Amino acid sequence: MPRLLTGNRVETGDVIWWTGDGWSQHLKEAVAVDDGGEALIAQFSPQERINDLALIDADATDAGWRPRTTRERVRAVGPSVRPDFALPSLPVDAI
Amino acid sequence: MYRYDEFDQAIVDARVAEFRDQVARRLNNEISEEAFKPLRLMNGIYLQLHAYMLRVAIPYGTLDSRQLHMLAHIARRYDRGYGHFTTRQNIQYNWMKLEEMPDLLADLASVEMHAFQTSGNCIRNISSDQFAAAAADEIADPRPYAELLRQWSTLHPEFSFLPRKFKIAVTGSAIDRAAIQLHDIGLQLVHGPDGAIGLKVLVGGGMGRTPLLAHVIREFLPVADYLSYMEAILRVYNRHGRRDNIYKARIKILVNDLGAAEFARQVEEEWAALKPLGLDPPPSELARIAAHFAAPALDADAPVDIDLSNAEFADWVAVNTHPHKVPGHAIVTISLKAPGEIPGDASADQMDLIADLAQAHAQDEIRVTHAQNLVLPHVRRDALFTIWQALKGAGLATANLDRASDIISCPGLDYCTLANARSIPIAQKLAVRLAPQEADLGELKIKISGCINGCGHHHAGHIGILGVDRKGEENYQLLLGGSGAEDASLARILGPGFDENGIVTAVEKVIGRYQTLRAGPDERFLDTYRRVGAEPFKEAVYG
Repeated sequence: MPRLLTGNRVETGDVIWWTGDGWSQHLKEAVAVDDGGEALIAQFSPQERINDLALIDADATDAGWRPRTTRERVRAVGPSVRPDFALPSLPVDAI
Repeated sequence: MYRYDEFDQAIVDARVAEFRDQVARRLNNEISEEAFKPLRLMNGIYLQLHAYMLRVAIPYGTLDSRQLHMLAHIARRYDRGYGHFTTRQNIQYNWMKLEEMPDLLADLASVEMHAFQTSGNCIRNISSDQFAAAAADEIADPRPYAELLRQWSTLHPEFSFLPRKFKIAVTGSAIDRAAIQLHDIGLQLVHGPDGAIGLKVLVGGGMGRTPLLAHVIREFLPVADYLSYMEAILRVYNRHGRRDNIYKARIKILVNDLGAAEFARQVEEEWAALKPLGLDPPPSELARIAAHFAAPALDADAPVDIDLSNAEFADWVAVNTHPHKVPGHAIVTISLKAPGEIPGDASADQMDLIADLAQAHAQDEIRVTHAQNLVLPHVRRDALFTIWQALKGAGLATANLDRASDIISCPGLDYCTLANARSIPIAQKLAVRLAPQEADLGELKIKISGCINGCGHHHAGHIGILGVDRKGEENYQLLLGGSGAEDASLARILGPGFDENGIVTAVEKVIGRYQTLRAGPDERFLDTYRRVGAEPFKEAVYG
């Protein structure tokens, strides 16, 4: 199953996703890291710029990545009860 | 209202300066996240699902208009225009930026507020009765006692690293609006045999993973001695509370393991050694604090009868106001639970409006309730219509206090890293579905938590809902029969859980069965449940 690398930016707490050459707030720009994930965490952890680095499971769908757990879908989109804040990662009703 | 003296202000200002330096060093990578995390938590800053969350302490749930305006300013300037009032009578902001936090805390300090001890294994915000100093049923205003506890517990060096967090509630009435039986320590003002005021002391209550009701360990404690007695309780807990298992670390586990009588004996023994050391403040100090809470000068000749010809207004008065101890006045509860809205959330504009109303009509006081509503405690009845009109224009005039749509809900998985399931959408659906019939149902307290930690007080709900994770899916357990009031009891799980739509249907079935079993219009759901037991409801839900 594809795995994505995610974390929270230290300065703002924003949820961010690894894009292959940087970080993005938008899930759709994430790339699968698969077996390279642990190495990336080992690379970024000492820099201390991203909090709570973690690998999460996601399915590739026609509409883009769909994280496996409700928790990660909520992280990707925003609170399901505030669609006005939703990021264009997934439809809110797909949470 | 208590006003900071030079010591209070100096402590808060020093903490802001210290934290400004700590944040700068973290942002410059001079200190690691591992080192920084406990420092930010000590200042009420959590990292949640979407951003940092700041929890601001509202001592015993009391605010003045200047402070509420500041909370609105913070929502507008640093957040996304709203805040969330919590079951600890605090407020949380969900979209904080660490780099802006020092300026925010300085803004808070300018109105005598802060966020420390809203996290960590220390004594948390002291909670109290939202009707303090206004209810006719109270012996005395509990807030001076809560304020002294606040001062004593603030940065208390011995109790800054307890086995686990510690929550204290103080009430001045036998009508329990502060859930004292569900706190680590609950204090109730009582009259002694000679008529003097003292405190009944309860220890070891709590919800969460192991819900337990508190035990009375002292029926009467003279107020002159209560601080040293609190110190003795905390010392026994600090010494013997478990630090090897986070799930066994609360004082309720220690009291349960030792037995209440043995725990009380150890406290008395500790107190006998402590009391002669002179920890208790002189009576003049409590009198100094009490003077800040002097009863407002209310006109006892204010008219009692008001025009109730507007049916919607009359309904709101009947449901959302309580009698005040001074004739011609009322206690107003402002519902933050309009059906379909997020329980406990208030926009910056709504906060500003309520602050203005408090200044104009309510002796400049606002209270936060543990049920996530706001209160104007001292209102002339002839000002009620003006207030209601203003509230109505802001979507704040829902007449549902203690009814089915007045649902307590934690933030749940929409915001919280600890949650296993979303709480708010369940509350929204239930409120919309139940609102049309809630007047007929009478008092019905529904409480929803998104995880076992129980911030939504599900164990104290007449109907409680607990969100759990079942193989990666949100699942909801249904509990019945809880109460956080003077008739406290712990709700019990009815049976297997449900998905999001199933739990709403299950609650409707429970309510439908209640309507057929109810002995009369005055019998609350809780009373019916206690009378008939769980079986009829189990049959209604599971067939």
